[in-house]
Amino acid sequence: MSPLSILLDGLPVPFEDHQTIMDAALAAGIYIPHLCHHPEFEPQGSCKLCTVKANGRYVSACTMPARDGMEVENNSPDLNDKRRTLLQMLFVEGNHFCPSCEQSGNCMLQALAYELEMLSPHFDQFYPNRPLDASHAEVLLDFNRCILCELCVRASRDVDGKSVFALSGRGIGKHLIVNAESGRLADSNFALSDKAAQVCPVGVIIEKRRGFAVPIGERRYDVEPISVQAERLRPRRAGEEC
Amino acid sequence: MTDESFDAGRLDDTLQAIVDGHARQPGQLLQILLAAQDSLGYLPAAALTAIARALDLPRAQVEGVAGFYSFLHLAPVGRYRVLFSDNITDRMLGSGELLDRLCNKLWIERGKLSEDALVSVDTTSCTGLCDQGPALLVNGRPLSRLSAERVDRIAELIRGQLPLADWPSEYFRIDDNIRRRDAVLAGEWPAGQALRAALGRGAEAMLGEMKLANLRGRGGAGFTTAIKWESARRAPCHGENGVRYVVANADEGEPGTFKDRVLLSSYADLLFDGMTLAGFTIGASQGLLYLRGEYAYLLPALRDNLARRRRDGLLGPALCGQAGVDFEIDIHLGAGAYVCGEETALLESLEGKRGIPRSRPPFPVTVGYRGQPTVVNNVETLCKAALVALKGGAWFAGLGTKQSTGTKLLSISGDVETPGIYEYPFGVSVKQVLYDCGAGNAQAVQVSGPSGICLATHEFSRCIAFEDVPTAGALMVFGAHRDMFEVARNFAHFFKHESCGFCTPCRVGTSLVVNCMDKIANGHGSQYEINEIFKIHRLLHAASHCGLGQAACNPLFDTLQKFRPAYERRLRSLDFEPAFDLDQALAAARQMTGRDDADAHFGLAARASGVDS
Repeated sequence: MSPLSILLDGLPVPFEDHQTIMDAALAAGIYIPHLCHHPEFEPQGSCKLCTVKANGRYVSACTMPARDGMEVENNSPDLNDKRRTLLQMLFVEGNHFCPSCEQSGNCMLQALAYELEMLSPHFDQFYPNRPLDASHAEVLLDFNRCILCELCVRASRDVDGKSVFALSGRGIGKHLIVNAESGRLADSNFALSDKAAQVCPVGVIIEKRRGFAVPIGERRYDVEPISVQAERLRPRRAGEEC
Repeated sequence: MTDESFDAGRLDDTLQAIVDGHARQPGQLLQILLAAQDSLGYLPAAALTAIARALDLPRAQVEGVAGFYSFLHLAPVGRYRVLFSDNITDRMLGSGELLDRLCNKLWIERGKLSEDALVSVDTTSCTGLCDQGPALLVNGRPLSRLSAERVDRIAELIRGQLPLADWPSEYFRIDDNIRRRDAVLAGEWPAGQALRAALGRGAEAMLGEMKLANLRGRGGAGFTTAIKWESARRAPCHGENGVRYVVANADEGEPGTFKDRVLLSSYADLLFDGMTLAGFTIGASQGLLYLRGEYAYLLPALRDNLARRRRDGLLGPALCGQAGVDFEIDIHLGAGAYVCGEETALLESLEGKRGIPRSRPPFPVTVGYRGQPTVVNNVETLCKAALVALKGGAWFAGLGTKQSTGTKLLSISGDVETPGIYEYPFGVSVKQVLYDCGAGNAQAVQVSGPSGICLATHEFSRCIAFEDVPTAGALMVFGAHRDMFEVARNFAHFFKHESCGFCTPCRVGTSLVVNCMDKIANGHGSQYEINEIFKIHRLLHAASHCGLGQAACNPLFDTLQKFRPAYERRLRSLDFEPAFDLDQALAAARQMTGRDDADAHFGLAARASGVDS
């Protein structure tokens, strides 16, 4: 019996039973843009950057099980155009000021914007009011940059066993919250060594007193576009040198 | 925030009783939060902490659930919480003016708690009383047929701090308004009759009748019920004590729909028979009725009904004396979230979580409530299944059209002489329906609510059927004098309010289209905004996680196609217009200084003072 495979942009890509389209692509070193997906955690399918066309239907690559013979369209003008609009939505929904952001160059949102040639935010900025949480001794939370990917939620719950983070609110009012009556990170049992401290794809969870350890211009996505790094797409650990 | 006012000891005692009353089950979190709010008025931070501790859940998870539902409040809301139904049909009956009138009488600002913490007035999504609106909810209880006099009297009652029990009972009267009866509504259905018929047939034979009947889901999607039932019946349960479930979706949130309200009020036995025989057919022993929060007023009667059925042997162990055939029904309340009408979001809500639609596959028939095979059916579907049990599949298939068998309950509201419930065999033309309800000068009909389609006059000869115009049952009629742009704008605001926020396109896109629509409404729109709406429509259709997002721009798309002049006469230019308006930016300053004279305005607006919104 021949091995199972999908046809990804015309290229046969093998997969094993129970793998998603994203799993198969990652294993083959083929880049499907994504933000909320991380191979170490349960797939979620909320950012929709990984939207592909499978047998003619739009689906999320990270949650859709691969099926033998499935024809998947990934790198096409139509899909990249939609992804660019999704990025613009994420940019205007929060407050993203790349030039002054400590995560610039290591940020997946920024890297994807370069990758997909997003030249402007296009939509009017929402300018939400999201106060910082600087209560914790070692870590700063800058909610302005949150893209609601829930990676920290999943890491804290599934790996650290702490459930420090969760989402509250609904719709455009959805927001990240901390597991404490005061709402402050200092009053939770969060620690810098937590997995949750290392998975933020943007710049919400920032280690204090380590700013700009690697100069801008020499950071992860400054050196190489995100698509080229498809095979090592794990986010950088806090403090890890490039 | 006056958390301090809650004595810690009293809080613990109160919450302890509530949590114990729900068997300390984390899956009961939403029901526990609702009960806690009932007793405390709102959900103070300390209460969330105490509930989390009692259920051994992370506090953030409890707060996340409490923050999701519109009817749960994390800040004080007043002893009288007034929510005006904000469906377009309520608006057409003058709800906006009545809301302003009540606010003026009470000397309060919309959406803000009065300084004496007595009352708050705001809007809520459609309350399912479009046939007797304008409507509002006061502390969760519906009031119908509002008028200026009634609103003035309500202001007096609130200021006099009269308990709701002492308000005129006439205010709370809800009529069925059944205007046309067919297979379901014309019959008398004694409790248990359909169930006994199904038990007599046996499970396999009942499934066979369902296949013959070709009954399709009445929630709008039209999935064949027999296939759902058979899949769940064949699907293995998971774990040692795994059981199958039957869920009745009574989260009737689609604006303009109120048929389930009538079925729950006057045909509850038919529904419970349908649920029970569905359980018998698929091998489930537990049923759950998910009742939208707006219909909480029906709860006492429904619970009494279940108690009576238990006494009569129609519920509980050994149904109708048949050993080994057990079924129990539990009722869960929703708390103001339209998205929970989506079956997987509903399951999440039933499990006490945020109502976020699940990724599919797997489908609920294999992995549903608590991970077990689950059939989720619309209230009307289950009532129809009861009829199939009684009269057989062939009889049912003889009604309606070949692809859309049986009858359909239509909720008709808007510019018609006799709004209410009309039951027709599938295949009836829109024209016939409009004639029967007295819609003399209709220019448009919104079928199946904002997520359905908008028909213009040249389409009125089309038929209500899955193969032509599918519908969950709502028909909102708009007379020639109505502004279809405002209709679409109301729907756009509805979707923004009800988006669960899970996926990027729906969460942000619904806000972006509202911005476009408001910009056009404020006279600053151009062709640019219209192009943007089309672009966002295409994206939401393609990339949204669930049907809510996929449908969110449908009403805009339809009205732009069919009623373009309603948009174009508002456009300032056919090119780009900036969103930033210097004069509008001064609105806050004008409000603070109480000025609205010409010198308080900029530019063109200065020449026409008093135009400030």
